[in-house]
Amino acid sequence: MRVITQIGEWVDRRVQLGAAIREAAGHHVPRKTASWFYVFGSAALAVFVLQLLTGILLALVYVPSAAEAWNSLQVLNHDVTLGWFLRALHGWGSNFMVAIVLLHMVQVFLFGAYKFPRELTWIVGVFLLLMTLGMAFSGQVLRFDQDAYWGIGIGASITSRVPVIGPLAVKLMLGGPIIAGATLSRFFALHVFLIPGLLIAFVSLHLLMVLKLGINEWPMPGRIVSRATYAAEYEELLEKDGVPFVPYAIWKDLVFSAVILLAVAACALYFGPFGPGGRPDPTLIQTAPRPDYFFLWLYAMLSLLPASLETPALLIGPVVVIIALLFLPFLFGEGEKNWRRRPIAVLSVLLIAISLGTFTHLAGYAPWSPQMNAWSGDPVPDRFLKNTTALERQGALVFQLKQCRNCHSLGSQGGQRGPALDEVALRLTQDQLIRQVIQGGGNMPAYGKNLSPAETTALVAFLMTLHPPGYLPARDAALEHISSTIVSPQH
Amino acid sequence: MPDENTISRRGLLMKLGVFFNGLVAIGLAVPIVRYLFSAVTRGRANSYLSWVPIGPISEFPEGETRLATFRNPFVMPADGQTVNTACWVRRISAQQFQVFAVNCAHLGCPVRWFPQSGLFLCPCHGGAYYRDGSRASGPPERGLFEYPYKVENGLITILAGELPTPGDPIASLGEERPPCA
Repeated sequence: MRVITQIGEWVDRRVQLGAAIREAAGHHVPRKTASWFYVFGSAALAVFVLQLLTGILLALVYVPSAAEAWNSLQVLNHDVTLGWFLRALHGWGSNFMVAIVLLHMVQVFLFGAYKFPRELTWIVGVFLLLMTLGMAFSGQVLRFDQDAYWGIGIGASITSRVPVIGPLAVKLMLGGPIIAGATLSRFFALHVFLIPGLLIAFVSLHLLMVLKLGINEWPMPGRIVSRATYAAEYEELLEKDGVPFVPYAIWKDLVFSAVILLAVAACALYFGPFGPGGRPDPTLIQTAPRPDYFFLWLYAMLSLLPASLETPALLIGPVVVIIALLFLPFLFGEGEKNWRRRPIAVLSVLLIAISLGTFTHLAGYAPWSPQMNAWSGDPVPDRFLKNTTALERQGALVFQLKQCRNCHSLGSQGGQRGPALDEVALRLTQDQLIRQVIQGGGNMPAYGKNLSPAETTALVAFLMTLHPPGYLPARDAALEHISSTIVSPQH
Repeated sequence: MPDENTISRRGLLMKLGVFFNGLVAIGLAVPIVRYLFSAVTRGRANSYLSWVPIGPISEFPEGETRLATFRNPFVMPADGQTVNTACWVRRISAQQFQVFAVNCAHLGCPVRWFPQSGLFLCPCHGGAYYRDGSRASGPPERGLFEYPYKVENGLITILAGELPTPGDPIASLGEERPPCA
């Protein structure tokens, strides 16, 4: 023990960091901030360290080459002892990191911690969020499978829409004319050197400011932040009711971080690593690319936005959001911190959370995507064919063969891009059905050129049978009225 | 205490040092920027595009649309299978073709051809195109990207080499199209 102390003293005489570390550990924090609400930042840091370690370990085997990356992932999954577990830890770690960073941000926002004098801490935090998302996306690219390949294609398509410099930016991003070896090398450099380097620097700055400015005090309703008096009030609070960070507050950080790391490990152990999916071979087009969990909301938005709004929303939206986040502490730098007295702040968080949650949920089953195999995989349920004529059955056949099922469901099987057709005969008359099939409209292509008159007749005859028993199909009341007025004088 | 207007020997040497470092930084920045943007500058000269054969015309029956694959003309050693590219070839008549990129004009996912309904469908966001590549429905703002082609000695050859994107469709390089198309 004495030897260790002596070595410690010998080193500290040279690096002279001991005093600073003791001061940081013992610095006083308001007693109420030793709370379970104040543990998300340190948990994010813990997961970040886990990502650094597992990332370095994966890099011992991973080959950042378009020709070999996929194979090296297979080697990690199947040949290297516990390679699958390291991949799973890194993959689940990334999901947890995005989630905890978002939680941390929500807590900081609702507790008013971005207000004076912690504006810059918040701004650095915004950049940390962007870098975390950048790590999540570039990490998905390094898992170089079909989803990664087409995911970069989506990124390139979005980038190309930037006016004037779009096409040049695409080549810069891809490192060449197509998604190939140079693209993967680029994303490897981003994911392994550039963004982690920036993250380490920004995390250090973020932490330094937390130490220098002190942790945000527990917001009390009615305790108003004012630039003129805040520093003195905070000082007074520390003197009256301050406790040293170690050990009063840190034990909760330690416990929560350990719980989170354990949860990452449990998920990794139970669910295993993510992919890789199919080989990144662009000639294998029988694929339906999906983004990773944290970009599903974006995938949903890109499907649901009207075509005319898409490019402006894609190009202007992120800029507006980032500027709003950066300017938030300057626009609302003073005033009430307690969330009970900030209804707009609470509603904003709820609105954003519900929107993102809804989009993510929708993207889970992607009703806007045609089901490419429904026409050959999901037969017309028997009950729709009972007591039908030969013509109607022929129509059911046309219905399958022309891939109508890829977008329209029958008996809740099939695509959801178009409306379910179980009761379509109640909604549209025969003439309307013919017109819709031949001319299309709404989101439906026109089938006029791809259906013979006989096929159209049979198809519409089948569609006319799609109504609940006991109901008559829709009919054109105006036409009936005309025919009855023409007929009536004869009576 | 030296006068504000006099230049001290140390001050001058320091300024010279800063100036010298600035010069070196600019000298280094030029090659670094040129290196960084090499992927862009190389494309400016259109050196990525060239005519690539995609198969004898006998492989493409009249009135049908078939998948063809070709190797991207611009290849680097570590590209692996990513340089293999697919395209849809529609043979309208004996000498008349249309060659479409598989990339959806919305966000680049691979579209699939359904001969029965005469539609190209995209699995990502539900874009649909008619057999001539024109937009049928869904989020795409335009029809499928088309490669310029020519038929020589019974071989179909297309002008390819770049990933077509909404902001940079290859069709605009086609000979028979106006440059602003």
